[in-house]
Amino acid sequence: VAATSRSGSLRSYVLGRIAFAPVFLLILLTLLFVLLRVMPGDPVVAALGDRISADEIQQRREAVGLDDPILVQYGRYLADVARGDLGTPVTDPRPVTRIIADRFPATFELTMVALVLAVGIGVLGGALGARFRDGPLDVVVRLFAIVTYAAPVFWLGILAQLVFAVRWGILPTGNRMSSRIEFESPTGFYVLDGILTRDPELLVTALRHLVLPGMTLGLVISGVFVRMVRVNMLQTLRSDYVEAAHARGVSGPRVLFRHAFKNALVPVVTMMGLQFALLLGGAILTETTFSWPGLGTALVEFINTRDYVAVQGIVTFFAILVVGVSLLIDIINGLIDPRVRY
Amino acid sequence: MTAPTSSPIARATSRIEHALRPWRRANPVAKALVIIGFLITAGFGFLAAFPDVVAPYGESQYRFVVGTQDDPDAIGFDCLEDPGCEQIARREAPGPDARFGTTAARFDVLSRVIRGARVAFAIVLLSTALAMGIGVPLGLISGYRGGRIDRVLVTVMDAVYVIPGLLLAIIVAFVLQAFFDPGLASASVAVGVVYVPQYYRVIRNHTLSVKEELFVEAARAMGAPPRTIIFRYVFFNVVQSVPVIFTLNAADAVLTLAALGFLGYGVPFPRAEWGLDVSQAISDVVAGFWWTALYPGLAILLLVTGLTLLGEGLNDIINPLLRVRGYRGRVRGGRA
Repeated sequence: VAATSRSGSLRSYVLGRIAFAPVFLLILLTLLFVLLRVMPGDPVVAALGDRISADEIQQRREAVGLDDPILVQYGRYLADVARGDLGTPVTDPRPVTRIIADRFPATFELTMVALVLAVGIGVLGGALGARFRDGPLDVVVRLFAIVTYAAPVFWLGILAQLVFAVRWGILPTGNRMSSRIEFESPTGFYVLDGILTRDPELLVTALRHLVLPGMTLGLVISGVFVRMVRVNMLQTLRSDYVEAAHARGVSGPRVLFRHAFKNALVPVVTMMGLQFALLLGGAILTETTFSWPGLGTALVEFINTRDYVAVQGIVTFFAILVVGVSLLIDIINGLIDPRVRY
Repeated sequence: MTAPTSSPIARATSRIEHALRPWRRANPVAKALVIIGFLITAGFGFLAAFPDVVAPYGESQYRFVVGTQDDPDAIGFDCLEDPGCEQIARREAPGPDARFGTTAARFDVLSRVIRGARVAFAIVLLSTALAMGIGVPLGLISGYRGGRIDRVLVTVMDAVYVIPGLLLAIIVAFVLQAFFDPGLASASVAVGVVYVPQYYRVIRNHTLSVKEELFVEAARAMGAPPRTIIFRYVFFNVVQSVPVIFTLNAADAVLTLAALGFLGYGVPFPRAEWGLDVSQAISDVVAGFWWTALYPGLAILLLVTGLTLLGEGLNDIINPLLRVRGYRGRVRGGRA
């Protein structure tokens, strides 16, 4: 009864979230602009140094609009972002949006594989740990969660390369595709390409390259999922309706999987927003370790060339991504959990 | 239990008893975790405090004998004719001479792992001090004052909080490069900024509830100025939540520092920093030299595990929700 009377508030909750997201993004972008703009010196000179003449430097400066007052630059930055323009790097003729379009599919493939693996391990390990609380299995699960969280992802990646690629030679050390295969990727997603073009060699090669980076990143973030599912499961198992189910004589596994499970997963979705941050950070490191040509390596490359325009563009994209994902998660949460709508 | 007429010693004992009660009631697994975590952390703490006692060589020592008679620490002096100047072997596998092997730069891996503890501890402490120094006062003021300041601070902190920690640290390190030479200080700032919102949030929320307490009301009624109320009455009630956040954040900070070091934005070579050492080892791995990458990474793993065990265990013990009732209503830890 209460749920139907609150259906109006679901709409206002969702609309409120959608209305707040741009405000939040604006604050975030302002923060990033201020942060990246306090740097002294000239970004064009910083990136290109004395490789180009003074005239050219001036031309570039004007092209980027660096001679305008800071407030004008700020306004233009926001207007550009609103139009979907993230600027053009100083060291690269392609606009940042083009670079993102080229590089993002790689990051997406990697993070999806990692996420699926992490959620799988998390749900299984967390449920088992909670079910056998304080037993030996629970201790193993908890230790697994802590140790995987504690393992630096780049180190685990290097060890994986050492064992699987260098010692045993069964998997490639890095990159997305073997250099022997030449192809124009229609979608940018190599696994998808392999399926669409019905090219088994392409598909297998793409998957083989995904195994080590995907497993490494997935394993490292799985610890957090295990811990979250376990704690939520413990709390759910303690709730009245679970006890009632036990009292009615419902079997143990049935209570665990039919009654407790769904409710235990609700907070996991809530926490997903934070895990997204972890995933993104992990992706930057994993990509660097495996020379994976994604957005993380692009960011690192531009930082190393001190191309601040490109760095700002990519970071802006990350910010939009973060706000978008947290909006999505808020809405999903509102849909599945009536309590958050208050 | 204590009689009102008891002696000061008995009162003190009962106070300690009271403080230790959660510990004694905690389940044995939680206790074991805390003890293991403490031992690991303390072990690394010892290495950080007294590296010279344990480490056979200096952090960037590549010769068996360092320095001249005049300057014992001099590294770069020309000693081609000096017989004591024999260089440490390059990329030597772990053995009796070098327990963890040596690197391509002729550094002793064991010594660098040991000396890396000091860098890790220094940066974690500095960055946490920074995060606390900003987050705690802002949280107190924001929570106590409320109103517009609170709303603005909450939104800004939320904005900082949603930026993935490593990304934020990278951006800050990138910006700081323009001002300072990279080193301990700038690495600490880059790592510390990430944790400001966490201290802010916890302290603010705690302040919100403490400021409604009767004793704060009483202080206000007696005419105590806001500053006194915030920093004397509220502060000491709110700081209790800091230690647990500290241990958990410290674990995370070690990882963030290592990640920065790995990407090359942390402390510069040749400082002994574990993340940096792993990144230096990438080329070794392709050639099959495993020891240069394995040991520094293992040190990160161990220290983070230790800190996490400590923090998690303390959290379990202090947080009574998880302590008292177990699965299916079995009473746990009710032995006292």
